[in-house]
Amino acid sequence: MRRWLLPMLLLAGLIGAWQLAAGTGALADLLNLESFLVPSPAEIAEALWQSRSLLADNAWITLEEVLIGFGCALVAGVGFAIAMHLSETLRLAFQPLIIASQTIPIVVIAPILVVWLGFGIGPTLAIIALICFFPITVNTLDGLRSVDPEATKMMRTLDASRGQILRRVEAPSALPYFFSGAKIAVAVAVIGAVFGELAAPDSGLGALIFRDMNQLETARAFAAVAVLSAMAIVLFAILALAERRIVTWR
Amino acid sequence: MRQDTKMPAEAEQFAGAVAMPASMPVVEGQLTIRDLGHSYGELSTIESLDLDLATHGVLGLVGPSGCGKSTLLELIAGLQEPTSGEIEVGGQVSASGRLGHCAFMPQRDLLLPWLSAIDNSALALRNRGIRRGAARREAGLLFERFGLAGFERSAPAELSGGMRQRVAFLRTLIAGKPVLALDEPFASLDAITRAEMQQWLAGALETDPRTVVLVTHDIEEALYLCDSVAVLSARPARIVERLSAPAPRYGNRDEAVTDPEFIAVRESAMRALKEGAP
Repeated sequence: MRRWLLPMLLLAGLIGAWQLAAGTGALADLLNLESFLVPSPAEIAEALWQSRSLLADNAWITLEEVLIGFGCALVAGVGFAIAMHLSETLRLAFQPLIIASQTIPIVVIAPILVVWLGFGIGPTLAIIALICFFPITVNTLDGLRSVDPEATKMMRTLDASRGQILRRVEAPSALPYFFSGAKIAVAVAVIGAVFGELAAPDSGLGALIFRDMNQLETARAFAAVAVLSAMAIVLFAILALAERRIVTWR
Repeated sequence: MRQDTKMPAEAEQFAGAVAMPASMPVVEGQLTIRDLGHSYGELSTIESLDLDLATHGVLGLVGPSGCGKSTLLELIAGLQEPTSGEIEVGGQVSASGRLGHCAFMPQRDLLLPWLSAIDNSALALRNRGIRRGAARREAGLLFERFGLAGFERSAPAELSGGMRQRVAFLRTLIAGKPVLALDEPFASLDAITRAEMQQWLAGALETDPRTVVLVTHDIEEALYLCDSVAVLSARPARIVERLSAPAPRYGNRDEAVTDPEFIAVRESAMRALKEGAP
């Protein structure tokens, strides 16, 4: 009960305060802005309702990009983590490159990706996959390496092959770590989608925000941000639920 | 936490022992160590050590902390290669050959929390490619024999310390290896549970004899459970003295350890330990 009640109360309080500050025009006066640049929650809700089909269409596109990009990062990240765990050579060779992949400034590289991959969904997928890859790989690798060496010795005297040790001991040990990485990844995936769509504003919530800000449709831009946040929260919750169902021993 | 079942009930179960399942052939398991040396880089842990143990013999290894007892156990089990000398386990000299003849029970039970008690105990069968159902049936027979009936489906976290250690021992036993390498198996238990487990293990080895090398800090445990005890010196480890333990070891533990003959051997073991201390 407290799990839900506390964040709901906090959210309601924040929205209420914002409504008071923006609805009366006090916030716009304070910032010395026109009042349409500082939409109140009621105006955002109105924009959300009026543009619901436009927002939904674009949200589907963004969701699709997030799921495909995240899925690619999941497969590649787990694959790399296992390969780097099994081979010391691969681990030493790839570790600096994987850290380097995280330092790539996405905002700068996004337009280059558009030049390389063309307009459309390609550059966005690449950006999402790139930023999701790091937390998944690093956490899964840490999980695989967290196994007690005594447990490995015990399995060896019980005639376990390398693959059996991986499947029966290391992979289950790594699961909680993997889920931590995946939860971080899915939250940043949504940001990645926006960056991708800003660079190639074709469709999706990021592109919509970009267009609305240019056309001073501030309320609808905020509505799109709200949809984006909701999407990230739902995806995170799905992963948290999956973790609870799968990692029952913690 | 569940209570351990009481000892007398289990002692009766040993009396009605059933034959070992077909997939556990009892192979000859004599152990011969000749002029063994081992070092980690510059640090010499074991020097010119000789040891013999007949099939189904139970040998205790006691010695000061850090003297290389656990290293010796890992060498015997084929988890490490000696720096010099030779170890032969059931006719196997190579590390992989020894690994095939030894099952190793670590100090902590290391039960896998994502598997039930019975699936933990059946790990060796599963590793050999036996299907889950068949592996569970085979392990289930031993659960009944060793006083664990009713706990097959329990998660390790639901078991008491003593029961976890029993499941860990069954896991070692089910591997069907002729030689068991036990590294301080009861060190983490409280005194009462440890005494219960010692009597339990003595009973288990009576019905299911194996060649056993038992590393322990506890001289009383070694003398009660083993036919002979090798007292090791401080690093680099050599054998100070090899003592024969007084028979009978399968009787009541309290009677066994208060027997005057037992106390006399315990005192000579203590003297040997002090002699080998740094």
